[in-house]
Amino acid sequence: MTHLPVLILGARSDMGQAIAHAFAAQGHPIQLAARNAASLDAVRADLALRHGVEVTLNDFDVLDSDGFAPFLDGLPALPQVAVSVVGYMGDQAENEQELDKASLVLRSNFEGPAGILALLANRFEARGSGTLVGVSSVAGDRGRATNYVYGSAKAGFTAFLSGLRNRLAKKGVHVVTVLPGFVNTAMTEGMDLPEKLTAEPQEVGAAVLKAVQKGRNVIYVRGIWWLVMAIIRNIPEPVFKKLKI
Amino acid sequence: MKLSGWGRFPQVETEVHAPRDEAALRALVTGDRPVIARGNGRSYGDSAVGAGLTLDMRHFNHMLEFDAETGRLVAEAGVLLGDVIDAFLPRGWFPLVTPGTKLITLGGAIAADVHGKNHHVEGSFGACVDWVEIMGPDGEVRRATRKDEDDLFWWTIGGMGLTGVMLRAAIRLRPVETAWIRQTIHPAPDLATAMDLFEAHGHDTYSVAWIDCMGQGRHLGRSLVMLGEHATRAELDPKKAANPLDAGHKGKLSVPLDFPGFALNRWTVRAFNELYYRMGAWNAGMSLVDWDSYFYPLDSVLKWNRIYGRRGFAQFQCVIPLASARDGLTELLQAIADAGAGSFLAVLKRFGPQDSAFSFPMEGYTLALDFPMKAHTLDLLERLDAIAVAHGGRFYLAKDSRMRAETLRQADDRVSEFQEMRKTLGLKAHFASAQSERLSL
Ligand SMILES: Cc1cc2nc3c(=O)[nH]c(=O)nc-3n(C[C@H](O)[C@H](O)[C@H](O)COP(=O)(O)OP(=O)(O)OC[C@H]3O[C@@H](n4cnc5c(N)ncnc54)[C@H](O)[C@@H]3O)c2cc1C
Ligand SMILES: NC(=O)c1ccc[n+]([C@@H]2O[C@H](COP(=O)([O-])OP(=O)(O)OC[C@H]3O[C@@H](n4cnc5c(N)ncnc54)[C@H](OP(=O)(O)O)[C@@H]3O)[C@@H](O)[C@H]2O)c1
Repeated sequence: MTHLPVLILGARSDMGQAIAHAFAAQGHPIQLAARNAASLDAVRADLALRHGVEVTLNDFDVLDSDGFAPFLDGLPALPQVAVSVVGYMGDQAENEQELDKASLVLRSNFEGPAGILALLANRFEARGSGTLVGVSSVAGDRGRATNYVYGSAKAGFTAFLSGLRNRLAKKGVHVVTVLPGFVNTAMTEGMDLPEKLTAEPQEVGAAVLKAVQKGRNVIYVRGIWWLVMAIIRNIPEPVFKKLKI
Repeated sequence: MKLSGWGRFPQVETEVHAPRDEAALRALVTGDRPVIARGNGRSYGDSAVGAGLTLDMRHFNHMLEFDAETGRLVAEAGVLLGDVIDAFLPRGWFPLVTPGTKLITLGGAIAADVHGKNHHVEGSFGACVDWVEIMGPDGEVRRATRKDEDDLFWWTIGGMGLTGVMLRAAIRLRPVETAWIRQTIHPAPDLATAMDLFEAHGHDTYSVAWIDCMGQGRHLGRSLVMLGEHATRAELDPKKAANPLDAGHKGKLSVPLDFPGFALNRWTVRAFNELYYRMGAWNAGMSLVDWDSYFYPLDSVLKWNRIYGRRGFAQFQCVIPLASARDGLTELLQAIADAGAGSFLAVLKRFGPQDSAFSFPMEGYTLALDFPMKAHTLDLLERLDAIAVAHGGRFYLAKDSRMRAETLRQADDRVSEFQEMRKTLGLKAHFASAQSERLSL
């Protein structure tokens, strides 16, 4: 499948750019989609120069569902691989108090990404090929006091990806769920993250490329996260509800 | 947080920011605290540690334009030299000038005006720079170009980040036919022989000597002089010639933990140096070496600076003008040997002529060594300073972590002009590193 285009939704993010580099290095043309896409011109030039591939900039807002179909129609070609890294954490304290804020988090992490991937899924299904990659989060594996609004949106997105994978399994379309654990990006800048549990965006890029090539279903970028989450999921609720994590 | 350079000494309190775009950078530059740009932190001392804020420039890492006719690359200042090689060596281009590590940014290469093994023919990194875009104290970005009358350009090359924050630059690469270097090693039993070899090979593209600074008496200055040329396609065997611009990729070793302080002492260093010299003498003659092993032998050991333990280490690098080089080097080497101070990485190199506003190189011989930070290290370094100054030498700021302002002033009569320029352009209050404060720049 070399040389078929790869679409990155949320291309301003470090993670999205690292994924773009991983695919571009294999020779894939890249479609970068983001709000205010023109401001990503340096990123476009850099990808094109380093890897000698075609790179386009495409305006995209995950909150504008009416714009989804025209957006897809406006791409240079229907991509072979579409990756959504779109996400928004917001501020938990505000999310608890203000419905609008919580709703923005839910729409940015769940409704929006699910909507655009649903549309892509249908077009991929009609074509009979393609891979969809959704970047969700381990935060969706169990709701915690410190970020359950974001976590629940990711939980919804994870379930959506799982269902989509199930539906399309026999249609030649594959779905990869990425649960990255901590990643050193703009979203986590200034947070004090444990080094061993924190991946660099490039690791995510390499892991997503490999997952697409090998047809993996669910990946944690650093293997240790599987263990961490297995433990967290299995703490009995009477104990869990009293924990501060 | 506490921050240091590659030598891990000194550790200085500073506030680090890593802006992602020009607007964020501008807000930091025009704030009320002085700033200094930081590239990949490969300078050894405190040049890239802010007296107020330290601006990590590594998000500015995009390559913007390349002209395949002329080899001119326009790129952001945080792009690593190694990334330039990865992208353009496969297309037959290589940096015109490269230091002994590829893990540096273009901004760092220009600010320190780094030199390579080809200084005697190509000059320093500034020689390949056509223009730079610099954010000044008012937050405006100015393009400074290689024109006689553009003072900002000439002060910025070698200006150690003290003229503003570089955002972008245009640099010229050199065409190469292969990814291989034809290396010739000449053992030199003493300093005089080593210097004669440099003089005799003034037209070779690359030359550098590893010098055994534990050598005493008739062994003083014992060296391996290593010469190199870019191999042509015709010089490769058929297997390599099939893919001439690809020398393969090697794995990376890493020094996982700090070595205990006692691991490096005069006995281990002496044994290492003895072995290294003998191996070199044994392997003397011509061989083909891949670009990575030839230019960047240390890069394959990640975090090798930890080998010196927690206290870190200090580099010493000076250049002594041609006329007094022989005497100056002899005295320096004698002082080091007397102190029994070990240095694994002692390098001697002949510089060609260079005329610059504030860059380090000038025609003569440069000696670079590192010393683990121990009780008497700072005293020894002061003795070396004095010897260099007495012989008309000067010092490389990218390696310095402890020199006195007075020593710099004595060694370099360009200092007062540099200070004057900083005052006149209103740079002094806005751009300051721990080093510039220590050296009163
Ligand atoms: C193993 C090793 C071998 C080396 N060999 C050599 C050699 O052979 N020859 C040689 O010349 N040097 C050599 N060096 C030194 C190194 O090349 C220089 O210190 C270089 O400046 C490091 O670049 P950096 O990106 O890490 O910059 P930093 O160390 O982060 O910064 C160095 C200086 O550049 C300034 N700077 C960085 N980015 C910008 C910017 N965007 N705008 C304005 N100023 C900026 C900083 O303020 C600082 O003054 C070596 C270093 C190591 C570790
Ligand atoms: N970093 C971590 O530790 C971590 C851990 C687990 C999961 N994740 C997930 O990984 C993904 C990438 O995150 P990141 O760490 O790289 O952080 P990020 O830089 O904040 O990336 C999120 C991206 O989503 C985009 N986005 C938000 N709202 C949008 C909208 N309405 N329309 C279009 N794009 C929108 C943002 O674009 P703008 O720049 O235009 O705002 C931004 O580029 C996210 O889904 C995040 O939830 C991150």
